[in-house]
Amino acid sequence: MSDKAYVRTEMLEPRDPPPSSVGPIHWIRENLFATWFDAILTILSAAAIIGLLIEVVPWLLSPTWGGTSLDNCRKILAAANHDGGACWGVISERWLQMLFGFYPAELYWRPIAAFVLLGVALAPVLFSDKVPGKLLYFTAAYPFFFPWLLWGGTIWGPLAAAAGFFIGYGVYVVASRMVGNLTGVIAGILAAIIWWLVLSGYAVDALAGIAPIGIEPVESRKFGGFMLSITIGVVAIGASLPLGIVLALGRQSDLMIVKYLSVWFIEFIRGVPLITLLFVASTLLNIFMPPGTDFDIILRVLIMVTLFASAYMAEVIRGGLAALPKGQYEAADALGLDYWKAQRLVIMPQALKISIPGIVSTFIGVFKDTTLVSIIGLLDPLGLSNAIRADSAWNGIVWELYGFIALIFFVFTFSMSRYSMYLERKLHTGHR
Amino acid sequence: MKKTVLFGALTIAGLAAGAAAAGTLDDVKARGKLNCGVTTGLVGFAAPDANGEWHGFDVAVCRAVAAAVLGDQNAIEFVPTTGKTRFTALASGEVDMLARNTTWTFSRDVDLKFEFVGVNYYDGQGFMVPKSLGVSSAKELDGATVCIQTGTTTELNLADFFRSNNISYEPVPIETNAEAQQQYLAGACDVYTTDASGLAATRATFENPGDHVILPEIISKEPLGPLVRHGDPEWGDLVRWTLNALISAEELGITSANIDELKKGTNNPEINRILGTEGKLGEMLGLDADWAYRAIKANGNYGEIFAKNIGENTPVGLARGLNAQWKEGGLLYSPPFR
Amino acid sequence: MNRRHETRPECHGDFSVMTTLTDPPKEQFRLSMLLYDMRYRSATIQVIALMGFMLLAAWLINNTAQNLAALGKPIDFGFLSEPAGYDINQRLLDYNSQDSHLRAAFMGLLNTLVVAVLGCATATILGVIIGVLRLSHNWLVSRLMTIYVEAFRNVPVLLWIVFIMAILIETLPAPRAFRGDNPTAEMMLGDSVAVTNRGVYIPEVLFSNSLGDVHLFGNSPLRFDVSLDLVVILIVLGLGLWVSRLIKIRADRIQEATGDRPTTWYLRLGVVLVPLLVVLWWLGFHFGYPELKGFNFRGGTHLRNSLIALWLALSLYTAAFIAEIVRAGIMAIPKGQTEAAAALGLRPRRIMSLVILPQALRIIIPPLISNYLNLTKNSSLAIAVGYMDITGTLGGITMNQTGRELECVLLLMLVYLLISLSISAVMNWYNESVKLKER
Repeated sequence: MSDKAYVRTEMLEPRDPPPSSVGPIHWIRENLFATWFDAILTILSAAAIIGLLIEVVPWLLSPTWGGTSLDNCRKILAAANHDGGACWGVISERWLQMLFGFYPAELYWRPIAAFVLLGVALAPVLFSDKVPGKLLYFTAAYPFFFPWLLWGGTIWGPLAAAAGFFIGYGVYVVASRMVGNLTGVIAGILAAIIWWLVLSGYAVDALAGIAPIGIEPVESRKFGGFMLSITIGVVAIGASLPLGIVLALGRQSDLMIVKYLSVWFIEFIRGVPLITLLFVASTLLNIFMPPGTDFDIILRVLIMVTLFASAYMAEVIRGGLAALPKGQYEAADALGLDYWKAQRLVIMPQALKISIPGIVSTFIGVFKDTTLVSIIGLLDPLGLSNAIRADSAWNGIVWELYGFIALIFFVFTFSMSRYSMYLERKLHTGHR
Repeated sequence: MKKTVLFGALTIAGLAAGAAAAGTLDDVKARGKLNCGVTTGLVGFAAPDANGEWHGFDVAVCRAVAAAVLGDQNAIEFVPTTGKTRFTALASGEVDMLARNTTWTFSRDVDLKFEFVGVNYYDGQGFMVPKSLGVSSAKELDGATVCIQTGTTTELNLADFFRSNNISYEPVPIETNAEAQQQYLAGACDVYTTDASGLAATRATFENPGDHVILPEIISKEPLGPLVRHGDPEWGDLVRWTLNALISAEELGITSANIDELKKGTNNPEINRILGTEGKLGEMLGLDADWAYRAIKANGNYGEIFAKNIGENTPVGLARGLNAQWKEGGLLYSPPFR
Repeated sequence: MNRRHETRPECHGDFSVMTTLTDPPKEQFRLSMLLYDMRYRSATIQVIALMGFMLLAAWLINNTAQNLAALGKPIDFGFLSEPAGYDINQRLLDYNSQDSHLRAAFMGLLNTLVVAVLGCATATILGVIIGVLRLSHNWLVSRLMTIYVEAFRNVPVLLWIVFIMAILIETLPAPRAFRGDNPTAEMMLGDSVAVTNRGVYIPEVLFSNSLGDVHLFGNSPLRFDVSLDLVVILIVLGLGLWVSRLIKIRADRIQEATGDRPTTWYLRLGVVLVPLLVVLWWLGFHFGYPELKGFNFRGGTHLRNSLIALWLALSLYTAAFIAEIVRAGIMAIPKGQTEAAAALGLRPRRIMSLVILPQALRIIIPPLISNYLNLTKNSSLAIAVGYMDITGTLGGITMNQTGRELECVLLLMLVYLLISLSISAVMNWYNESVKLKER
C-alpha cells in the first residue's frame, strides 16, 4: 500500500447510474428512439397499431353471440346502440359445422379420437427423448387405425390391409431361405400385391360375415370443414412419405433411367400449380381409370394431393440425404452392407431425422393448400363459408367467417411452425 | 363394391373395374342411396342448414326421386358441385342425377351427352340495378360495370346482348353468388346479372330490398331442369316422370295433406293411375305401385315445394309467373299419365 | 435370354495377355446373374423400372382412350379455334368475344405473366425491407415485423386473396361516391388518381403525334401490336445510355492517366435526358386523366380490383417468406464481417448495403427462386377473385363452355410447366453469375 498523499485510500460510494441509462426511459431511448429514423419508424408503427385497434376492437366486442340471423344481429346491435359490430351469431351457430362438416354429430368423438391418437402416434417420432420407444409399435399400427376411425366400417378392412405386410414379410422369409435373398424380396412384394388386389377383398367379406365387428361407416362426402383439411393434410403427408423416400432415392440413384423418371416426376409436379392437379382430380382422374371405376371426389383429391406432396417430400428428403456427411455412406460401405441395408440401417434413420423440420413445413404448406379444394366444390372451411352465406339467415356475412377461419388456421400452423423451429434448434445442438 | 373406403382405394385397380355399368336404377337400389348433385349453395334452391341437412327447391326434386326409388327421402348423398365440376361429376358417374339450376341448351344436351328430363323452373337472365342509378332499361347500361357469376351460360348471353346492342360494358367475373352480392352491394359493380330467380332471391336478403330494381329485359331463355347421363333411358324416364308426377299432382290437386285420402281411391282415373291404385305405371318404370305416392308425399306437389322454398311467403319471394300451371297461364304442362 | 454367352471380350482379352497356357473356364451366363451379378443388376433394375413405367403409361392411356370413346369425346384441339363468346375485362391486346378460345387463353397467359412479374418485384422489395427491419434494434418495429411475418405465413394464401379483395370492396368508395354536389370521396394527387372499389384509375400516357402500331402475325390468335412510339423511345434511351457510358469510359481513362477525374455527371445526365425529352415533345407526350363519366371513370389506366387484390395478397404473402429468407441469409454472415466493416469506418447502413447484403445474396438466391415459382403458381388462385388469368380463361370459362377437360387441363399444365422451367432457368443462370468463384 502507498502512503502518498495524492493516492486515495478509501473508495467512493458507488453512485446510481444516470437516469438516462437505466430504467424504462433508457430502454425506450435505446430501443425505440435510438436515431431519428428509428423514431419515425416507431411513431409510424405505433400509429398503425393504434389505428387498427380502434377500428377492430369495437367491432370484435359485439354483443351478438346469441344472434339467430343477420337481421336479428342488426336488431341486437341497434338495441344496444352499438354501431357496426360483428355478428357472432353465425359462429356460435355454425362453429361445429366449420370444424366437422357434415360428420354425424353423435360420432364427433371419432375424428377427435383420431386426431388425438395421431398426436400419441407421432410422439415417439417428434419427441423421441421424452416418450418411451415402445410407442413406436402404436405408430406403426396407426396408419391402419386412422382411416378406420374416420371412415368406420368393418374392422377387418384395415386388418386385412395390415395383413398384407405380414404376408409379404412371411413369404419373403420363407422364400429367401429356399431360393435366395433377392428372389425372396420379389416374391414377398408380389405376394403382398396379390393379397391386396385379389385375395383380401374375399377375405374381408368372409371375415365380416363370420364376425361382423365394426363401427358405423361414414361416407367421405360427410367430411367437411377443418376436419377435411386436416384429414387431407395428414393422409397426404403420411402417404407421401414412402413415395417421397423412393423418389428421393431414385433421384440420387446412379441408375440413369430410374433417375430420369424420378426427376421428371418431381419437376413436373413442382412445376404445375396444385389447382391444376385438383382439376385433374375433379374432372380427369375417373377418365384415367378403367371404365366404370368410380370413387368419390375426396378420395380422388387425396390421391392427387398425395402425389403433389410426394414431390415436395422427395426434395426435403433429398436435402436430408445431402446433409448427411459422406463418411456415413463410406462407413456403411466399409461394413460391407449392401445398398438397401445401408439405407435402412445407416442412411435413412439419420436422413429422416434431419428432414423432420422440412417435413413439418411441407405439412404446413399442404395443410394451408387444402383451402384450394373449395375451388372444386368441396366444403372445406372456405367452401363451407360460401355455403353458410347461401343460407338466407346469414346471407351477407363476410368478415366473421373469414376471421374465424383465419384464426383457426393460424393457431394450427403457428404451433406447428414453432414446433419445427424447436426441433431445428435441437438438431443443431446435436450436430455440434 | 368394397366395404370400406380404404379398401376402395387399395382395390380400385383390380376389382372395381369389374363392377361396371349396370343400369343406374339397379346401382341406386343396390347402394341404397341416391347421389344427387346440387350447387354449393344458392338461397332457396339448395343450401345446408346448421345440422348439415340440405334444403331448397332443387333439393326437393332429388328428395322426390329418392322417395320414389328407395322409399326414403333422406336416403340421399348430396354432392355439392360448382359450375365447373357439375358436368364431370355427372359424366363420371359420381352423381346419378344433377338438380342444380342447369340451363337446358342444345350443346349440353347433344355435345356434352346429357339428357335433360324436363324443366323444373323457367328462368331468364335479368339485370338488377340500384334504384338510385335511375336506369329503367338494360339498353341504358353503356359503360356499366357488370357482375356475372362465371361457369354458367350468363357470360355468353351477356356478351351477346351487349354486342348486339352495340354498347360497351366491363365484366366482373365472380365465382359464387355470395361474393357477387357482396360486390354489388358495396357498389363495386353497377349491375348484377344472373337468372331472374337468383336476382330475386338475392334481392330478398338485402337490408333494403326496395332500393334495388330488376330491369324489365330478360335477355335469355333459361329453362332449368334436372339432368341425367345419356345412354340410360330407363333412369332418365324415372327422373322425368317423378318430376312430371310432382307437376301433375299440383294440376290434379293432390297435396301432401290429402294424398292419403286420395290414395284410397277416387273417381279421377288419372289420380288413381298416378297413385298406383289403377294401372301398372310403377311396374313399367321398374318400381312398385306407390312410387309417385311416396314422391309427392315426401315434400308435397310442385306448388307446395315452390311455396315452401322460393314462393312469395319465403324470403326469396318469387312469384309463380311462367312457372304457373298451364291452366293458369304458365308453362308447366306435364304429359298425361296414361 | 437363356443363350450362352460365349465370351466376355474384355475378360477374355485380359487373361489371354497374361497367360496363354491356362485359359480360365469360360464364364457361363445364367439367368440368376441378372439379379446377383453387380454388372447386370443395375441394368436389370432399370429395364424393369422402364417396363413398369411404360406398362403404367399404357394402362392409363388405354383407359383414357376407352373412356373418351365411351363419352364420345375423342381428343381434339379444334375447339381452340372456335369463337370464345365471352369477354375478358383486363386485356393487354385487342380481344373481343368473337375471337377464338386460343386468343382468350393467350390473353389469360399475358394476365398471368403481368401479375406474376408485378408480384415477384413487389414481394422482393417488401421482403428485403421487412427482413432487414425484423433485425432492427427498434423493439416495436422488430416485433411488428415478426407479427406481420407470422400472420401472413400461417394463414392460407387463398384466404388472404379473398380477404384483401373483401377489404378493397368494402372499405374503398364506390364511383358513385365521387358524384353529385356533395361527393363523399375525392380524387387524389390533383384530380389525377381515383381510388375506388372498382380499382385504381391512374393517368395514362398518350401521344398526340403517335406513330401508330405495327401489327405482327396478321390475323392469327397470337397477333401482337407493337407501339412504334415505345420503340422509338427505347431506341433513343438506349443510345443515350450508350453515349453516357462512353463518357464514363473516357473519364475513367483520364483518371487513370492523370489522377484527376473530370466532372461528367451533368454531361452524362444530359445526353440521356435531352434527346429523350425532345423525342417525347416531338411525339406530343401528355397524360390522359381519368374522369367520371356515366357509370364509371373513363380515361386513364384502370388497375382493376381483382388485379390489385391478387397482386397485393401474393406479394404480401410471399414477402413474409422472403423476409425470413433474407433474415436467415443476413444472420448467416459471420459477425466478424460486420465488425471488420465497422472497423473500416463504414456507417451501419453502408455496412448493410456494401458488406452484408452482397454476401447474403448468395445464400438468399436459391430459396428466392423457389418463392418466385410459388408466387407464379399461386397466381392461379386468381379464379377466386375473378381475375382472368390463364386458369380463369383456358381452365375456367373455356373448359366449362366447351367441355374439353382433358385438352384444357393438359394445355394448362404445359403452360405452367413452361413458365416454371423458364423462371428456374433464368434464375439459375443468375445464381451461377453471382456465385462465389472458387479458384
